[in-house]
Amino acid sequence: MAHQDKEVIYGLYDDETDLLKAVKEAKDQHLEIMDVYSPFPVHGLDPILGLAESRLHIAGFVYGAIGTLTAFLGMTWIFTKDWPIIFGGKPYWSVPAFIPITFELTVLFSCVGMVITFYIVSGLGPGVTNDYLDDRITDDKFCIAFDMSEVDGAAAKSFLSDTGADVNQKII
Amino acid sequence: MSGHVSPIRPPLVTGNKTYHQITEDLISPTERVPSKAWILGLILSVSVFSFGAFCILWTIWNGIGTWDLNRTINWGWDITNFVWWIGIGHAGTLISAILLIFRQKWRTGVNRAAEAMTIFAVMCAGLFPLIHMGRIWLAMFIFPYPNTRGPLWVNFNSPLLWDVFAISTYFTVSLLFWYTGLVPDFASVRDRAKGLRKKIYNFLSFGWTGSAKHWQRWEYLSLILAGIATPLVLSVHTIVSFDFATSVIPGWHTTIFPPYFVAGAIFSGFAMVLTLMIITRKILGLEDYITIEHVESMNKVILVTGTIVGVAYLTELFIAWYSGYVYEQFAFFNRAAGPYWWSYFGMMFCNVLSPQLFWKKSWRRNIWLTFFMSIFINIGMWFERFVIIATTLARDYLPSSWSYYSPTWVEIGIFVGTMGLFFTLYLIFCRVAPVVAVAEIKAILKTSGNQYVGPDAQHQHPKDVKVESEPNHTSI
Repeated sequence: MAHQDKEVIYGLYDDETDLLKAVKEAKDQHLEIMDVYSPFPVHGLDPILGLAESRLHIAGFVYGAIGTLTAFLGMTWIFTKDWPIIFGGKPYWSVPAFIPITFELTVLFSCVGMVITFYIVSGLGPGVTNDYLDDRITDDKFCIAFDMSEVDGAAAKSFLSDTGADVNQKII
Repeated sequence: MSGHVSPIRPPLVTGNKTYHQITEDLISPTERVPSKAWILGLILSVSVFSFGAFCILWTIWNGIGTWDLNRTINWGWDITNFVWWIGIGHAGTLISAILLIFRQKWRTGVNRAAEAMTIFAVMCAGLFPLIHMGRIWLAMFIFPYPNTRGPLWVNFNSPLLWDVFAISTYFTVSLLFWYTGLVPDFASVRDRAKGLRKKIYNFLSFGWTGSAKHWQRWEYLSLILAGIATPLVLSVHTIVSFDFATSVIPGWHTTIFPPYFVAGAIFSGFAMVLTLMIITRKILGLEDYITIEHVESMNKVILVTGTIVGVAYLTELFIAWYSGYVYEQFAFFNRAAGPYWWSYFGMMFCNVLSPQLFWKKSWRRNIWLTFFMSIFINIGMWFERFVIIATTLARDYLPSSWSYYSPTWVEIGIFVGTMGLFFTLYLIFCRVAPVVAVAEIKAILKTSGNQYVGPDAQHQHPKDVKVESEPNHTSI
């Protein structure tokens, strides 16, 4: 967001129900919303806003599967090909004994992979500074923002004040 | 906000809070100058930890001969403390993961602190196997990596190695889960701060803006992490119990160990959460967020898990008798009536009998009783691990090598030192991060605030009714 200056007009609402009503109204008026910001996840917002379902869980499954294969095939290779050792008269390839580590690495890969993916696709991470519109968004205000280059400024402004928002403008 | 909320469900946030007040109440403790009590607590914890660090150095310098382990009793306080700390470290992820999946809203009041506690307890636990190795500078040998010794690999069939994987995975996952939950709250701290403080929290908040898409992904991530952390929590203490259960030592090689250890871990973990939360809510004035309802819910978990542990103790005794195997029978007779009878008595009294008081509702809701009980349970659970380890080893197959074990000052010092480490980290955490999850409390306000539900509900929120009619929401 920070790479290009954008002129943004935004409205702050006091309650998530006002926000939900306003988002619906904006959709009806075909006003292009740039983004919606809130201090906590507002349930019911995603379908109104038209946000596609997140695909993080697919990524999590893939990472988990990589973990499963790494652990199981790794142990198999080490104990049957690279350096076979007999422990307590058991077969080299003693599958039941591989289960705990296979499980742990599945969880580890899936979790670490998903967390890293989450931060990368969201543009968040250590050392990242994103421009944010208002200090009160992480406190008690719910915000709808319009990009002035995408919408008619006057229409957006009158829409925001009509729906009960405190209207502000900022270049980010 | 969503779904039907029973009018008889008790409120979890009291004091007619608004969103702004929640931010104010939960973040202002990190902005105030530390109180005298906090500074004294920190000095005490750091001193105790320093003594522990000295004892660890003493051990490393002189070797583990400085512990009074002997020919038969080769595991003493070290592994007792390890299992005890790992058990305590089970409550955090249980509260944040399993209760998230079960949609238990009361988790939001305590999950942040419980997760922090988990991470610190696992750090304390991890210390013991490391110093128990004797040559700590070779600790990296426990990880399988290509090396110049062949490469000679670790033994993947050994429960001790499973432990390495289980605990390092558990630590990593808990840390990531905890930190991802903290990111939006660090952003709240950032937006109230100025100067250097703002810069620091800007770094910690990873550039969080509160965008709708980010929240959507954040909730997905929390839910999926909870889903995979749930079996993980159960696996960790299962694998710790394999350290004993896969051996051929009478009293250890029992199939009941995994469920019994997991129940015991949850039991002691909740006790430690209660000890900490009762002090924290008082000192930071968080009684509106960590209410008597939270305490009662946790006491119910303690009652259930304590009773499971009690049933497990009795099952072990029964099976030892029923097996007709004399060595097993002797191991259990020796536990209850042998030279360590006092630890067996302490275990039975603290873990099985005392939690039964919580059948009475008014006692479950009594803060003082709960506080003392939580201390009792932690003592009892320490005794349990001591009973399992020391009594079993003190009387092995060969009577000529029977002996008695008591710890040296070095072992006691290391144990006390880990307590110092634990409280040092917890005290620092209370100062730098919101102890209660700010965003999550805001998200449950409309369904659990005392002005919306419970006996004092002033009104059904007029706006709320309209939102409730919205289909297809799920709430966390």
